[in-house]
Amino acid sequence: MDASLVITQLLNGMQLGVLLFLVCAGLTLVFGIMDFINLAHGSFYMIGAYMCGTVTMITDSFLIGVLLGIPLTLAVGYLTELTVVRRLYQRDHLDHVLATFGLILIFDTGVHLIWGAGGMAIPLPQWLDSQIRPAEDIVIPTYRVAIIVVGLAVAGGLYYVVTKTRVGMLIRAGASNRTMVEALGVDIKKLFTLVFAAGAAIAGVAGMMISPITEASIGMGNEIIIVAFVVIIIGGIGSIKGAFVGALIVGLIDTLGRSYLDQFLKLFMGAENAETAAPAISAMLVYILMAIVLAVRPQGLFPPKVR
Amino acid sequence: MKKSFISAALAATMMATPVLADSVKVGFVTTLTTPAAVIGNDMKNAAELAVEHMGGKMGNLDLEVIFEDDGFKPEIGKQKTEKLVKQDEVDFVTGFIWSHVLLASSRAALGADTFLISANAGPSQLAGNRCDKNFFSVSWQNDQTPMALGEVLNQNGVKSVYIMAPNYAAGKDMAAGVERTFKGEIKGKDLTKWGKDAQLDFSAELAKAKASGAEAIWVFYPGKAGGAFIKQFEQAGLADSMKLYTVFTVDALSLPRLQEGGLTGVLGSFATQTWSPDLDTPENKKFVSDFKAKYGTYPSFYGAQAYDAMFFIKQAVEKVGGNLTDKDALRKAMKETTYLPTRGNIKIGNNHFPISNLYLRETVADADGNWTTKIVSTVYDMHQDVYASECKM
Repeated sequence: MDASLVITQLLNGMQLGVLLFLVCAGLTLVFGIMDFINLAHGSFYMIGAYMCGTVTMITDSFLIGVLLGIPLTLAVGYLTELTVVRRLYQRDHLDHVLATFGLILIFDTGVHLIWGAGGMAIPLPQWLDSQIRPAEDIVIPTYRVAIIVVGLAVAGGLYYVVTKTRVGMLIRAGASNRTMVEALGVDIKKLFTLVFAAGAAIAGVAGMMISPITEASIGMGNEIIIVAFVVIIIGGIGSIKGAFVGALIVGLIDTLGRSYLDQFLKLFMGAENAETAAPAISAMLVYILMAIVLAVRPQGLFPPKVR
Repeated sequence: MKKSFISAALAATMMATPVLADSVKVGFVTTLTTPAAVIGNDMKNAAELAVEHMGGKMGNLDLEVIFEDDGFKPEIGKQKTEKLVKQDEVDFVTGFIWSHVLLASSRAALGADTFLISANAGPSQLAGNRCDKNFFSVSWQNDQTPMALGEVLNQNGVKSVYIMAPNYAAGKDMAAGVERTFKGEIKGKDLTKWGKDAQLDFSAELAKAKASGAEAIWVFYPGKAGGAFIKQFEQAGLADSMKLYTVFTVDALSLPRLQEGGLTGVLGSFATQTWSPDLDTPENKKFVSDFKAKYGTYPSFYGAQAYDAMFFIKQAVEKVGGNLTDKDALRKAMKETTYLPTRGNIKIGNNHFPISNLYLRETVADADGNWTTKIVSTVYDMHQDVYASECKM
């Protein structure tokens, strides 16, 4: 096996992993702290991409697109919490699922009305649209390295906020025991709004990062949200650390499965069967992992400490 | 105009007999929601332009077209086809982008003795042992275009190629088509996840393609996956080391967006196709220029085929003098079609798929700087698909 190819694929897997982490960070907090199932979290991923795309088209700068796209997505998340989500915390999970599914339809149709069905291609600036060669045989698109850097920076920032600040302390406390935090006189409503909007903005960043690669399109969030739920279940619901490790594991498994599974399967089945089965099985791998985690350690790999 | 309409209506009422219909109804099933709506809208626009060019009439019958959205799902396509056949009692059902939607919907029309005319999808099943007397295609059979591409690779002296396609019926047909005619070495092949949550990030596959050392890469990625693939191909810096060959990936729907994104790597890439905007027939010129004038973009091949489907029906309706009840005469008229407006001369094969030319087209910038495709050469002269022999008709 070619070592430089393996390194390239590991980096590709890592890039997918940090991207997933950005989506999962908000999802796991909202689920963990507010016990709220938000299927529409993927919609913020889509909204982020479209906001950034629109600003990029107007200003002709991807950087400004991202910098303005973040507060815009934050605002959408804030308004969603204020108008819809806030009324749902007291209801049961089925109501959450129904209402946020409705939100998905509203966001998808809204995007269709405003931007059309065509999707949006976001051009990269020259300095990101090249390749880096860390070694002779290893060529990686600069932009993919940039995604890894941004992802790690956000992860570091979240780690700092959650572990070293007062707000972070409240968030951790909320994830462990909500009722107690409320009883201690903390304005839990404000905390919820903050976490929800920030989570939406971070998911938006992920959407902004991916759209120069795959284009912004309607329903892009619905494709990633399922995997995001798998990640937070593997990592432990409510845990940022779990989301980070889970996302990296899922990203690496997915990428390495796509890279090497067909060769592996060819060892003991016909070439044609291996080619057809490999993509199906590699798509299943993360779900198999989730099933194993649920069977062996149902609370996830890094559950938040209760008590 | 109003007066003549009223008198015509009066005349029609007075002459109305239960046997002769005074209008022809066409049901048009395509995808009008989901991101694939871009394709469906292009087809709808082209079909509406066709109606306009016909003056709203086929022969002396008024033409009514009913559009339905299949939502990119086989079961909805089937439902909508049933609705068109049973409730609207259409005379013809046409449209159909996707092979799997067409396969699921075909029984609903054919079982009710209604004519079904595919304007795009060409699954091998309907060309081979499941061919039907009431099914016609005005596009192509899935395998034909990639077969022509394999031939082009041989002609260009390409020794090795890397293959990438989505993992579903048409993707496998297409890959098989290239493999059937390409004589060089296939260095590697990836079938990627397709469907509602299709894979759009090809980083792992592109790294493998690069490591394989193949001279060229061949891909089939219709719809939004095509644009995503070409972007990543360029971002990965592969455009310098591998020549890009595609089928149904670079078209009038993806090119404006690729141009917007400044992805110049696609210029000079080659693809095979039965049609191109510069194909030299008077009707095609009129179609392309009127389409551009009305909608502001080049039509895609999907649009051209939708336009052809409408005229294919018109030719048959006029040939039988508007007598839609005589199905045998209509069928015979359609079988005898020798000309499609945007494609020129064709023949209808025994399996009711067209026998037609396949061209090599190159991606170029036109006189106004807009990116489009241009015919370079004819790869196959009057080519018939390989499944025709399996059809007992």
